[in-house]
Amino acid sequence: MPDTVTAAAQRELTLGEAVRDAIAEEMRRDPTVFLMGEDVAEAGTPFKVLSGLSGEFGTSRIIDTPISEAGFTGLGVGAAMTGTRPIIDIMFGDFVCLIMDQMVNQAAKVHYMSGGKWKVPMVLRTTLGATRRSAAQHSQSLQAWFAHIPGLKVVMPSTPYDAKGLMKSAIRDDNPVIFYEDKMMFRFKGPVPTEEYTIPIGVADIKRPGDDITIVATSSMVQVALGAAKMLEEADISAEVVDPRTLWPLDEKTIIESVKKTSRAIVVDEGYQRYGVTSEIAAVIAEGAFHYLDGPVKRIGAMHVPIPFSPSLEDATVPSEQQVFDAARALCSRS
Amino acid sequence: MTTATQVPTSTSSAAQKWLHAYRQMVAIRLFEEQVNDLYTRAIMPGLAHLYIGEEAVAVGICEALHRDDYITSTHRGHGHCLAKGAAPDRMFAELLGKRAGYCKGKGGSMHIADPDTGNLGANAIVGGSAGLATGAAFSAKQLGNGRVVVCFFGEGALGQGVLYEVMNLASLWKLPVIYVCENNMYNEYTHYSETTAGDILGRPVSFGVPSHSVDGQDVRAVNAKATELVERARKGQGPSFLMCNTYRYRGHHVGDVSREYYRAKTEEQEWMTQRDPIIILTNWLLAEKHADSAQLEKIQNDVRTEIEAAVKFALEAPYPALEEVDEDVYA
Repeated sequence: MPDTVTAAAQRELTLGEAVRDAIAEEMRRDPTVFLMGEDVAEAGTPFKVLSGLSGEFGTSRIIDTPISEAGFTGLGVGAAMTGTRPIIDIMFGDFVCLIMDQMVNQAAKVHYMSGGKWKVPMVLRTTLGATRRSAAQHSQSLQAWFAHIPGLKVVMPSTPYDAKGLMKSAIRDDNPVIFYEDKMMFRFKGPVPTEEYTIPIGVADIKRPGDDITIVATSSMVQVALGAAKMLEEADISAEVVDPRTLWPLDEKTIIESVKKTSRAIVVDEGYQRYGVTSEIAAVIAEGAFHYLDGPVKRIGAMHVPIPFSPSLEDATVPSEQQVFDAARALCSRS
Repeated sequence: MTTATQVPTSTSSAAQKWLHAYRQMVAIRLFEEQVNDLYTRAIMPGLAHLYIGEEAVAVGICEALHRDDYITSTHRGHGHCLAKGAAPDRMFAELLGKRAGYCKGKGGSMHIADPDTGNLGANAIVGGSAGLATGAAFSAKQLGNGRVVVCFFGEGALGQGVLYEVMNLASLWKLPVIYVCENNMYNEYTHYSETTAGDILGRPVSFGVPSHSVDGQDVRAVNAKATELVERARKGQGPSFLMCNTYRYRGHHVGDVSREYYRAKTEEQEWMTQRDPIIILTNWLLAEKHADSAQLEKIQNDVRTEIEAAVKFALEAPYPALEEVDEDVYA
């Protein structure tokens, strides 16, 4: 968060409230913005994030849908092409499996296939994150799938400040933007300026400066990385936590510069490691900072299993502070 | 919709209207025959899916629309694009992958799009434009601009679930969209009786979407029904479904030449001789004395000249520069 924001000019919001504020502000600013999804109006979504929006904007702009993810996502693409700016709400990130043709074959490609003639200014708002005891089909973090596709943008804020600024930018962006919120972070609190602001898409943020090792982390893994950084501090290791904030466009420069400074890197994401976000960013670091590295880049993602239901099993499948701490200490003891 | 040729003598508005429709159908027919020629001479890259035989559907429907009404099209979409007002020269250019094409060569046959004529684009995914068309109707209603949308698809798309999802949405929210099913009886190489259970019209009806069926070879019948459904949509009364029974004379795509294994030559001959949309309209025009044979022949010749010039334009047009390959990924 910028140093220039004074204590008087900010208040504490949860990540959920920050997202809601961003949506409300943009809907006041631009009458073509609307939001559509399951249980978004009266219920304000099962996560209660959107409570109150249908009261202010009415059910013609906060619209409950049948359980037809493919149908209303495709509708969102067509609406975005023809003068409105939809926010399509997909309750659980696992349900993106139902909308892949609409996002990958349609939304991502309309602008290119038409030679730049048609645009798709839509936001696809969805979730990631396990440890909610929701089992395998309600707990996945599939952001790598969308980051893989040219034509899509992928945003993953980790704080209320980032969430609000990035949601506003996402709504104003003329491209399809997938906006990921971690289900476990809706009540996470943080300072948010009272003045209006936006955060550009494609700019990383150093959440904690350090000198000995770089930990690149996304979404709720930023908190995991910061927790590990505190543990590392006690072990006399200074960790720098870099939050990309957006997977695509990716701020490669900030990540590479950090690793050039520290010479060691770990990448933490809640998606599966193989062919995932951690693998991509590890490759970016290896290409961009190879001669500065004192050891291999370590990836830490979800265990390669469907997320199990039992609490004793589930918590073991997601990256933990201990895991990050152990990996960092191992890397630092090499040199 | 945009024509260069003046239609002589007959001044009644009916005559003008149907002579224009005649011209449009002839233009599609000659355009597609030229496309086939480019393919067989190995000049056109990729494949094309010809609309020959189905002209009355595209023309009958599009003549009921305003320029700023929207359409979505299919892999078999050249007829829709032309009927909605696309220029043959820029279409040929797109099929050849030239920079002067509608999509700067980036889309090709199955993705031709043209905002100037409300063409949201052809789609290579069967049923792929169901959502887009329904969304455009949603926008039109949201913005109150009075536009309507036609979603073209083949009877093969009746197998795609998303089509039913969006009809449910369109019916619930009374969206101004007309779902036009071009039933040419073959899902690629499979007869639709082998793939389509129950009653086709019963499906949209079960969503509360009024459903109609029309002889797709009779451009006046198609246009009359389309006009009624467009007016219904524009008045805010909601979506409708129109099945147009038609036939593609050629193969599924230009390379599908030996097709006796799935389609009898006798059946093809019957449609080509007994149910040709251009012949049907010709007979009516002559019977009603809206034109004589000489006028119709002149129209054909004028169109032929235009098509020849359009092909020449496309053949001579340059390809896009390599530097353009990564332009337009993002707006």
